Amino acid sequence: MATDTRELTAVRTRGLTRGFGSRVVLDAVDLEIAAGEFVALLGRSGSGKSTLLRALAELDDGVAGSGELRVPAERAVVFQDARLLPWARVLDNVVLGLVGRGLDDAGARERGRAALAEVGLAGRERAWPNELSGGEQQRVALARSLVREPALLLADEPFGALDALTRVRMHGLLRELCDRHRPAVLLVTHDVEEAVTLADRVLVLDSGRIAVNRPITLDRPRRAADPDFVGHREFLLGAIGVEH
Amino acid sequence: MTETTHRSVVPTVERAQPPPLAPRPRRRRRLGPGPTSARALVVGPLLLLVAWTLGSATGLIEPQTLSAPWTVVTTSGELVADGRLQSNLLTSVQRAMIALVLGVVVGVVLALIAGLTRAGEAIIDGPVQIKRAVPTLALIPLAIIWFGIGEEMKIIVIALSVLVPIYINTHAALRGVDARYVELAESVRLSRAAFVRRVALPGALPGFFVGLRLAVTVSWTALVVVEQVNATSGIGYLMTQARTYGQTEIIVVGLVIYAVFGFVSDLAVRAIERRTLSWRRTLGS
Repeated sequence: MATDTRELTAVRTRGLTRGFGSRVVLDAVDLEIAAGEFVALLGRSGSGKSTLLRALAELDDGVAGSGELRVPAERAVVFQDARLLPWARVLDNVVLGLVGRGLDDAGARERGRAALAEVGLAGRERAWPNELSGGEQQRVALARSLVREPALLLADEPFGALDALTRVRMHGLLRELCDRHRPAVLLVTHDVEEAVTLADRVLVLDSGRIAVNRPITLDRPRRAADPDFVGHREFLLGAIGVEH
Repeated sequence: MTETTHRSVVPTVERAQPPPLAPRPRRRRRLGPGPTSARALVVGPLLLLVAWTLGSATGLIEPQTLSAPWTVVTTSGELVADGRLQSNLLTSVQRAMIALVLGVVVGVVLALIAGLTRAGEAIIDGPVQIKRAVPTLALIPLAIIWFGIGEEMKIIVIALSVLVPIYINTHAALRGVDARYVELAESVRLSRAAFVRRVALPGALPGFFVGLRLAVTVSWTALVVVEQVNATSGIGYLMTQARTYGQTEIIVVGLVIYAVFGFVSDLAVRAIERRTLSWRRTLGS
């Protein structure tokens, strides 16, 4: 159900359950994300992270489940692959589905150009997705999300396929964009450091339940060498069951 | 230039070697064949033509078996002079074009309905497969009874043949559009119409072009069948008449015309394809 985005709570689930066949993937999840809050969701593979994200994106048509789910109507999804239409130029990808939502073609393009400039890709409007590097493609995907001015941004391991250096730069960009546009964010990741660097709060999903709910109150910019940072990291690594 | 400043220090022996920053010849990708040029595509047909000419000139190919190329040229000249070639050619081209456009439009619409709706698949796919199994030649007697012996019948028969490759290839490509793009379309909440226009159709375009190349050729071959069975004009009619009077050279003129038109229209479709699908990075690009 769509709700008014001016509410203080962007996402609210109660007893959210999803399953495939006899296997329960999400087991009565209660989750709240405040408007403008950045939440990272950690968990081992198979813990139900992506299922939860897809449930919030309402992209899980046909998946059996129950429970209460309230998400804003204006939401955007960033996938692990940039998922740009290879036959559409960069700008057309950014404004995909934007025309007709209170915007004419020229208005949509203008906003699309502005969003591309924000992610540092001004001048690449006419390029084909194939001509861009992996990091650039993911920046286009970010622009495509931003241009919708979402109240909720859902990101499913968006930097998983990028090299370490590009990932660090993308962290900075994402944080900057989120500070400016203030959407509520759910970032699914398997990278503990990424979660602690970016999020206001980190959740750990284990066997379909939220096992850890840990606010991160470190000042920004956050440095991985900071003892408090290390404390969070060690705790979370333990929570997702990494032995070291 | 840097080389001049270095010359004094670099020993003579090394100067004989190529400068280290000289542009190296760009290597072709090892496994891919590289891009095809229109010029390269003409090589095969030209070789055929050379073989035919040599065969006829040396007497290896007897004129009764296959007229020599120069006979074909002079015969064409005569046919043009008395106006038969142009008028028949015009009729044939018109038939082929109208039927091609009709068949392509119907084929694409059917493929879209069958590819995007469950009911469409159930209703449309079977009959098209059945049509595919029925030879055009076998359809003609019935088509004559249904539509008469006029242009209508010819165009319908050709269009029915054209829509099959268009349908099969567009439908298959549509079904092959990556589910991830469908998910993306859902996540940005595209309308049905926008989904068809932005995702389904462009995604099916590579398949459509394969279908179009087949369809263009099919429109010519179906034309021959239709015109040879029942017509009073057209290239096929010209050839049937020539057969009656034993004029091999006119038959060969007809064959050459079919060959040239088929080949040229295929080149044209390929050129359009290359332009339209310029976003693709494939083995052939």
